[in-house]
Amino acid sequence: MPELHAANAMPATTIPAAAGVGLRLQHMPLLANDPDDAPRRAAWLEIHSENFLNAGGARRAMLQEIAARYPISCHGVGLSLGSAQGLDAAHLERLKNLFTWAKPALISEHLSWSVVDGAYLNDLLPLPYTTDALKTVGDNISRAQDAFGRKILIENPSSYLQFAASSMPEYEFLARLAENTGCGLLLDVNNIYVSAANNGFDAGRYIANIPANVVGEIHLAGHSIEDEGDNRVLVDTHSTYVCDPVWALYRATLDHVGVVPTLIEWDLDVPAFEELQAEAARAQGFMNATRKVMHVA
Amino acid sequence: MLLEMQRAFKATVMGTGDADAVAALVRAPKGDVSRRIAVYRNTVQKSLTDVLAAAFPVTERIVGPRFFFVLARDYAVQFPPEVPQLSVYGAGFADFIAHHPRTQGLAYLPDVARLEWARGETYFAADAPPLNAAWLSAFGPEQLPQARFVVHPATRLVRSAYPIHRIWSVNQPEVAEVPAVDMAAAQSVLLTRPVYDVGLRLLSEADAAFVAACAAGATLNDAAVAALAVDEGFDLQAALQEHFRQGTFTDVVA
Repeated sequence: MPELHAANAMPATTIPAAAGVGLRLQHMPLLANDPDDAPRRAAWLEIHSENFLNAGGARRAMLQEIAARYPISCHGVGLSLGSAQGLDAAHLERLKNLFTWAKPALISEHLSWSVVDGAYLNDLLPLPYTTDALKTVGDNISRAQDAFGRKILIENPSSYLQFAASSMPEYEFLARLAENTGCGLLLDVNNIYVSAANNGFDAGRYIANIPANVVGEIHLAGHSIEDEGDNRVLVDTHSTYVCDPVWALYRATLDHVGVVPTLIEWDLDVPAFEELQAEAARAQGFMNATRKVMHVA
Repeated sequence: MLLEMQRAFKATVMGTGDADAVAALVRAPKGDVSRRIAVYRNTVQKSLTDVLAAAFPVTERIVGPRFFFVLARDYAVQFPPEVPQLSVYGAGFADFIAHHPRTQGLAYLPDVARLEWARGETYFAADAPPLNAAWLSAFGPEQLPQARFVVHPATRLVRSAYPIHRIWSVNQPEVAEVPAVDMAAAQSVLLTRPVYDVGLRLLSEADAAFVAACAAGATLNDAAVAALAVDEGFDLQAALQEHFRQGTFTDVVA
């Protein structure tokens, strides 16, 4: 990646405790071409870090236009914090360069793995929740935070199975990661709902056991349902509207953690941006109705 | 322990390993373990083949989506991404097609895939100013033939024994019915990005020899000689004007 002049760097800012929208590539021309004085289409935007690692071209240029008008959060999908073999130094460097350029107000990644023996599998794969894994993931998070020089938020994954070796629930694993590394948490309420349905645990209990003071962001998305006989699997497709039980769970989450930045994600069969704005407005309504406001770094 | 699990999981989702090795480690309600593992397998395989389909849409149209899925899955299993950056995944796909037993009847296909890959590289390449004619005034009439043109970071030249420009053009989404293509013609395609839009242009073979020579570091004089060896009617002046317009080069150095 070439050196970028300071004048080309983007403004740093903070993510407001309001509803944002996941920025998808097909919506970038729309937002990049808005005049400076046009009304903002979202309180803030989140990008997938790995989509912006290229040296140049239209995509980065559009992001630069957009970031001049919106606070940006960088959400990673490729760091593989759960890798038993540790983090890839080259990828840490790529992300560090991106953050230096894009100056995101928030950085987040997942509690999952996607790399083994140098192969990147492009999915957020599950981990056993053991004390061994807690050390591996914690070391990886600390290394990433040291490399970036700042705190990252860790998102709970959607899962379809559990490991027999797990010795603690996911919420405890996350709480201990936050305690051990100083990382924050990104609670994906849809993922909690999906994982609870798939693995037979109680979503409300999960949320009640999350340490409220470390939650810095919430994700909301839609999932799809696959039925086969009386076996049902919820698949985290991000392909539709947030469902009513997830909205109810979101309200319970706000009651527990307070009003924190909340993001609408939609990745497959992506609709017009206005649809995402409508979902964000709905989330904003729940936030406005939640009295308790907390400040998380 | 964690590493063994991850290796077994990788083999299972790539379809190269024994799913029982993973099944023994996990649990799911109602004993639905194999179906739950399949959710991960489907996601991994579909996401990687989707990435390749997005990078090679003309290749996919030529062979059809079902066979493309087989090709792309075979590639993903043998050559999974080495970098978590999907815009650089697929660099070896054209060579893979060239050696795949089931595409040997489509000799032109690897070059079509090379053209598609070059197009992506052009789109994502570093930004740089395009060279324009005014910059040449720094050189005297004796110095200019010895100057070297530096190609723009986004410039790619794809040369083929097949009519790849024609094949690419007639397989665009807006073309409903693909006409017959005369396979006898060799074609070279120049990809450039003066600002952000990728330009894709059929180049004369003489001009292609000129650009290739410049890219290899030849002087302007030697590059012109290479072009004239292909076609003694090569018009250097006209060719350069077009290259300046398209942003083929970014600099000229003594």
